[in-house]
Amino acid sequence: MEDYVVEMLHITKEFPGIRANDDITLQLRRGEIHALLGENGAGKSTLMSVLFGLYQPDSGEIKKDGETVRIDDPNDANALGIGMVHQHFKLVHNFTVLQNIVLGVESTRHGLLKMDQARKRVLALSEQYGLRVEPDALISDITVGMQQRVEILKMLYRDNDILIFDEPTAVLTPQEIDMLMEIMRGLAKEGKSILFITHKLNEIMAVADRCTVLQRGRCIGTVDVKDTTREELSRMMVGRPVELELKKNEAHPGETALEVRGLSMWNRNRRKKLLDNINFHVRKGEIVCLAGIDGNGQSELIYALAGLRPIDEGTILLSGQDITRASVRKRNDSGLAHIPEDRHKDGLVLDYTLEENLVLKRYHTPAFQKHGFLDFRAIRENAERLIDAYDVRSGQGAATTVRSMSGGNQQKAIIAREVDTGSEVLLAVQPTRGLDVGAIENIQRELLNLRDQGRAILLVSLELEEVMSLPDRILVIYEGQIVAELDPKTVTSQELGLYMAGSKREEVVG
Amino acid sequence: MKKKLVSLIDSPGFLSAMSSISAIVLGLLFGFLILLISNPGQAVQGLGIILQGGFSGGAKGIGQVLYLATPIIMTGLAVGFAFKTGLFNIGTPGQFIVGAYVAIYIGVKWTFLGGVQWIVALLGATVAGGLWALIPGILKAYLNVHEVIASIMMNYIGMYTVNMLIKRTVYNSLKNQSMNVAATAEIPRFGMDKVFVNVKGNLMDTSTVNGGFFIAIAAAVVIYILLNKTKFGYELKACGANRFASRYAGINEKRTIVLSMVISGMLAGLGGGLLYLSGANGRHISVIDVLAEEGFNGISVALLGLNNPIGIVFSALFIAYITLGGNYLQRLAFMPEVINIIIAVIIYFAALSLVVRQVIMYLRRRREQRAAVKAAASEGGAQE
Ligand SMILES: Nc1ncnc2c1ncn2[C@@H]1O[C@H](COP(=O)(O)OP(=O)(O)OP(=O)(O)O)[C@@H](O)[C@H]1O
Ligand SMILES: [Mg+2]
Repeated sequence: MEDYVVEMLHITKEFPGIRANDDITLQLRRGEIHALLGENGAGKSTLMSVLFGLYQPDSGEIKKDGETVRIDDPNDANALGIGMVHQHFKLVHNFTVLQNIVLGVESTRHGLLKMDQARKRVLALSEQYGLRVEPDALISDITVGMQQRVEILKMLYRDNDILIFDEPTAVLTPQEIDMLMEIMRGLAKEGKSILFITHKLNEIMAVADRCTVLQRGRCIGTVDVKDTTREELSRMMVGRPVELELKKNEAHPGETALEVRGLSMWNRNRRKKLLDNINFHVRKGEIVCLAGIDGNGQSELIYALAGLRPIDEGTILLSGQDITRASVRKRNDSGLAHIPEDRHKDGLVLDYTLEENLVLKRYHTPAFQKHGFLDFRAIRENAERLIDAYDVRSGQGAATTVRSMSGGNQQKAIIAREVDTGSEVLLAVQPTRGLDVGAIENIQRELLNLRDQGRAILLVSLELEEVMSLPDRILVIYEGQIVAELDPKTVTSQELGLYMAGSKREEVVG
Repeated sequence: MKKKLVSLIDSPGFLSAMSSISAIVLGLLFGFLILLISNPGQAVQGLGIILQGGFSGGAKGIGQVLYLATPIIMTGLAVGFAFKTGLFNIGTPGQFIVGAYVAIYIGVKWTFLGGVQWIVALLGATVAGGLWALIPGILKAYLNVHEVIASIMMNYIGMYTVNMLIKRTVYNSLKNQSMNVAATAEIPRFGMDKVFVNVKGNLMDTSTVNGGFFIAIAAAVVIYILLNKTKFGYELKACGANRFASRYAGINEKRTIVLSMVISGMLAGLGGGLLYLSGANGRHISVIDVLAEEGFNGISVALLGLNNPIGIVFSALFIAYITLGGNYLQRLAFMPEVINIIIAVIIYFAALSLVVRQVIMYLRRRREQRAAVKAAASEGGAQE
């Protein structure tokens, strides 16, 4: 008899219009790292939500230590020692990092919070696992990357022994991912069992013992990682061979499309410069990547360019036109598209349908409204065209509420919308985050196509592989300054890492 | 056929309509309880009268239901519209009464307008209501002052100001209320006086209902179209659902918030005009220090109507119907105060049970977070 901590047997779960899990069986051995792989919308998050008690399966059985259990809600899951870090975080935004971590497990003495002790423990954990956080910062003020670290700390703080990670690495930097891999190995050695969803095959190859592959709600099989290859895994999940190497032609940059001169931004209390005299340009027909460790000002810079945050000094030119003080609408309409970092906060109206979200930037144009009345036919046709072209999968097609869509498909919807505006300049912040390998291949090819058609693309990516393969030039941002301009063809990833960590810099002029 | 029925029952619209209906049943049950407590002997009979509602008043009674429904359709629309755009306009009593005063003022004084006097008076009411909501709107959009707090203050300012202005300008001191408006300021009857009338021999007992009811229906249709069919409605709802994404989309979210409050206030203000431009038999503003109940009833109406303009028309009709039924309770040995309590109980209990339901749904959605917290709490205790 195998020693399974958790067995999910013949789990089926249906949503309107779609069978998200179809007779899936997954068995988790004690102390193993078990990866879950599948295309966007394959049903990974749904399966894990069933285990965590968020959804009740329509049929099937869950066993813990060989005994059938009922998991009606996360309460039950927690009692069974099951913890989960969600794909989209569940943090209280106006609480501090520390408060979020101890929320609900506060130790008290005479009714007073013993925050000192909690703080010590959190600091120790964060030290031990290299999860850098600022305990007193508000969640709303920290980057997505740090929010993720808080989520992981929350689980570690609660001593769960079955840990579910739903795409934890999607937002981490390469260094942080390496560290997380280390942590996960350590945890497994201590006897904790880990379920790990990721789209990155390298990570599976690096840490996982076994991998279960899902495809459109069905279980394709479970394989031992040491007996398989990346190619094999991707073929299993997509059902066709996937090009893992990116092929691209020479770039032929034209005139300057986006130019930034002397841009500076202070933080709220004007104590610190978040962006310090930024100068650079992006030409038509090239992809420029802004590389850097999360939290070095790239989010602020993109917000400034998009008009979502005011700047203190400097000029922004879009095709020669000064847009420094222009409204967001003006910028959008004069040819600026933006795939935002935080898809739930900025990129989507989650309670709107897919078709409504697909016209978020263009509902006001004559194509979609006449005399103030929306043209629903045009909106539907637009949605159907984009859903088809970008393979956006959902239960009810154009009429699906975006909230119910899988993370990767939400991302695909945003990309479809932004790319389709035909804008001259595209700000693409981690465009492939949360996408499966097949979709990444498609999107990266699409971005290169756009480049070859003469669009200017400013890419922000934390993914080293993407930084090295996609762009034509790399700008390294460190503590609000651009510290180097590098050629991806000649630079090594070690060298790039040194620049990103701030231990090396060159004088650059924009 | 059967399949059709099943899909109807499964449709979200049907489910929400059911939730409103069950809320109403709950409200009635609770009302019955109060009847039992206050007058056990006549409780059953009393409930019968309430349920008969407007119908026990004959044709006139039905007319009165429409008359009473008119202003609360408007305040219900005001609340429901604002809610769809993410704002809680609890300032409808203020906007309503300010609109009412302006309508009466124009209706009494501006007789030189002749045949269009009532139209101008209604326009004045609409503008006044909108202006009254403008202030909370601006405070919300630009200073992030919560609209509930600002509009509650505006309610009291509105009530006291109107009381003072009535005494100075259009006061009927005999009855301590506003004066009758000029005949040209009364909203035309559109033939409704011919239909909703009880004829007793030579005596014509006519309902006060007038064309205002049609105006309210038209307003509901306009709001429905505005919210669901127009570009502006798309923006309004987007701002309500996600302010950040709206900004990202290029929507001027501050302007949208202000406009949304103003439109909501205009609806409530127009409601004030529609109720009070109704001749000598119709309602007058009494100079008392009480916030306009039509304003607050708008909240119940919107809740029961699930913020849907069409639903709001029906829930307003229901509440008017029950209110009138309650008034007929005077035939039995119920004290007027008790009657008011019973009506209020039915209305608010029905509305409240919906709120409770929504809160439960909301909590259920967040239960995972809360449960995690709770589970962790017990665990934390063990660690101590
Ligand atoms: N609450 C829900 N209501 C309706 N449909 C849902 C719901 N949750 C998920 N779905 C649908 O079920 C399918 C599986 O979704 P799920 O989130 O499990 O995918 P996933 O494998 O995690 O994908 P991704 O890699 O993009 O995160 C999707 O098509 C999604 O639209
Ligand atoms: Mg997922």
